[in-house]
Amino acid sequence: MAAISAPLLETVGLQRAFGGLQAVRSVNFRLDRGEIRAIIGPNGAGKTTLLNLICGRLRPTAGRVVYKGQNITARPAHDRVALGIVYTFQIVSVYRNLTVEENVGLAVRRLLMQGPLHHFAINPQAVAGRVHDALHRVGLAAAKDQLAGYLPYGHQRLLEVAMALASAPQLLALDEPTQGLAPDEIAGLVALIRDISKTATILLIEHNMQAVLDLSRRITVMDNGSIIAEGTPAEIEANADVQRVYLGG
Amino acid sequence: MSLEGQLFLALLEGAVSGLVLALMALGLSLVFGVMRIVNVAHGEFYMLGAVLAWYLATTANFLVALVAAPLIVGGVALASDRLVLRPIKYAPEATIVATIGLLYIFQQLVLSIYGPYARSIAPPVYFRVDLPWFGYSGYKIIVAGLAALLLAATWLLVTRTRLGLYMRATQQDREIAQAFGVPVERIYAAAFALGAVLAALAGVLVLPIQQAHYLMGLDPLLLSFMVVIIGGLGSLKGTLAAAILIGLVDGLVSVFFTPTLARIVASILVAMVLVLRTEGLYGEGAG
Amino acid sequence: MSGAAGATPRAGRVFGLHLAVIALLLGLQFLLPPFHHGMVARIMILATYAIGYNLLLGYTGLMSLGHAMFFSAGMYATGLAVYYRGVGTVEGLVLGLAAAILLAVIIGLITLRTTGVAFLIVTMMFAQVFFLTTLYFNAITGGDQGLVLSGRVPPLRFGNWEVALTHPAVKYNLALAVLTVCLLLTLWVTRSPAGRVLIAIRENADRTRMLGYNVFNYKLLALVLSGAVSGLAGSVWTLLFSYVGSSYAGILYSIYPLLWTLLGGAGTVLGPLVGTGLMTYIVDLTSGLTDSYLLVVGAALILCIMWLPTGVMGGVRRRWWSWLP
Repeated sequence: MAAISAPLLETVGLQRAFGGLQAVRSVNFRLDRGEIRAIIGPNGAGKTTLLNLICGRLRPTAGRVVYKGQNITARPAHDRVALGIVYTFQIVSVYRNLTVEENVGLAVRRLLMQGPLHHFAINPQAVAGRVHDALHRVGLAAAKDQLAGYLPYGHQRLLEVAMALASAPQLLALDEPTQGLAPDEIAGLVALIRDISKTATILLIEHNMQAVLDLSRRITVMDNGSIIAEGTPAEIEANADVQRVYLGG
Repeated sequence: MSLEGQLFLALLEGAVSGLVLALMALGLSLVFGVMRIVNVAHGEFYMLGAVLAWYLATTANFLVALVAAPLIVGGVALASDRLVLRPIKYAPEATIVATIGLLYIFQQLVLSIYGPYARSIAPPVYFRVDLPWFGYSGYKIIVAGLAALLLAATWLLVTRTRLGLYMRATQQDREIAQAFGVPVERIYAAAFALGAVLAALAGVLVLPIQQAHYLMGLDPLLLSFMVVIIGGLGSLKGTLAAAILIGLVDGLVSVFFTPTLARIVASILVAMVLVLRTEGLYGEGAG
Repeated sequence: MSGAAGATPRAGRVFGLHLAVIALLLGLQFLLPPFHHGMVARIMILATYAIGYNLLLGYTGLMSLGHAMFFSAGMYATGLAVYYRGVGTVEGLVLGLAAAILLAVIIGLITLRTTGVAFLIVTMMFAQVFFLTTLYFNAITGGDQGLVLSGRVPPLRFGNWEVALTHPAVKYNLALAVLTVCLLLTLWVTRSPAGRVLIAIRENADRTRMLGYNVFNYKLLALVLSGAVSGLAGSVWTLLFSYVGSSYAGILYSIYPLLWTLLGGAGTVLGPLVGTGLMTYIVDLTSGLTDSYLLVVGAALILCIMWLPTGVMGGVRRRWWSWLP
């Protein structure tokens, strides 16, 4: 029986080097269920690398990733999605030549394609229903027949979130979700993320400090491959190390 | 001939062909490295060099052929770049398809005009080097020397001239080179032409040793591929080392086993190097 | 791509068109003079080969230069079995298919970790190895000369009903039957959930991985299907034309399906058939005029890649029939 305070995700001594460059140095990171956690830090701090290690897009050079008590370090990225770790890209990555509906449909079908038979035929009603739910939640239901590539960037980001939702996330990892969005789009996205946090744990990398302060309950600050501070927004704002890293000196 | 004689002959032959191969592979490597494309028609530039040299050498003399044939082939390369490669924007897979097309066009044009014949010329310089086991063609030794000279000249070009600097910059990072004012499109054309000239030079040099034939480009193409993939892209030293190695091994295996088996082993080797290389074809990417 | 709502009317048009094409081919045999009768039979088998190729290129986005090894695996397995062991036609076909599938699995496991240009070169190299091996063992395979199977090809047997494969009408209809099966297979696969994943891989492989799909396994599935169809074509080829030879394992026979598919339209179901037919007739017309007919092949490749990147049927889809699969 797992203890109530067992973390959803933990990294133990996680390291990643690229040749001579240590991008992530022995990071011990812990994420609890239901959190909204932001990772901030200057460029090159290792934030995206850490996220990629958690999602399985990169293999660590040392250390391990533990998810729901299980060591998933050896699991490839696609397996981790099935476990509930869902990732959105820093630069929006959707299927530009497919319709909005087909984009989300692909996400939905993965959940429904559970046996060899389902590779050949799937109940279109089941798919359409879930697609509609996801699109409706992000506000794109009207655009379902449009080609994703023709959507404005902000809507493409929403489409990506819809695809993430359709993947049944338990841990939603967002890499700079507000980048490239207009202010009103950012506000909408923040509200959406807050809504999603009712059913999924959120981990996000962000540069937009306002969004970070609005959303997150806890913040992790990284610099030069290590975590230099962790705490509530108030604690982080007051932290001398953080000020130094951001304001120089 | 005794075993050691056979061995020495194989090594000597391997060294000569290895140096010529290095010349050709260098051309391919330049194109690979600077333009990031695979030129499947590279062997045809070699073939065109040999065929044009035959025409020029029989109507004028070998020296004229040595100078004019590569220049003509360079012109053909420039035209191909302008008319075909540039419009398709050097997209990797499209370029392969297009250069396959060029391969057939060049081959077939030569077939129509020059014919299906295999023709050679007498070596421009003939003397015999007497070794303990056999007499060896002095011309072949000159070929080896000339090839080495040309390799050195190319190395100087790439490392000591502005053109070479631009090429290396474009190879490293095309966007940044462009931002620094390097005329990337013209560098591409220059690299493509230079690659063709090197291949054509190799073709001219081997004309007195082999025969000019419209299909002669395919085997050296395969070997050049191997050299470039094994030796590493854009690395002159790697290309030279791999070419000599492959020339020697090919010579040895062909003498002691069969050429077919040599090709089989070489093809498997190249495939496995590519498959196992985690950093991709161009040395990019990690993990 | 079709969604749930638009499926029914679109499905009607799609199946209608493809069945019409098949019916056209069926009827054509009664109108064609003998020479063209044989040509069309050849085209239909080679089109099947191209259909196999298209499954990998057009629908999964992987360009291979080694498909001749799958075609000739089917050809040799069937041809050699008939030549040396006198196996029946159906058994021969099964053997050919099995050989191609086995080869595709092995090649796939080795090569699918590469992609793009590296995949192109690696498949070309392995096909080269296959070709050279057929030459090396020419005592068995007949090498470049090949083996003529005339008289050894057993008739097609269904229970008590026997039909000799030497009859032109039988050749035509067997070729048509195989083409039909593979055409409908492509249609079905590309509309199935698994097929949609292949298309997704073509469109954005990284995204597909992060949606939770095992991209490697799907690519392997595509390669095996592709190799199987190509091998089936090779198998049928040898049964109908009573010949095996190394030239079918050579690089030219890896380039042909690429050309046919590109010309006809990669990523369309009918594209390979259109491309094969067009190119075969163009080459036939030119080789009547000159020995250097490959000039036309070269020019066609260049023109195709420069001006017709979506091919004939791709253009049709873009301009008029956006529902064309």
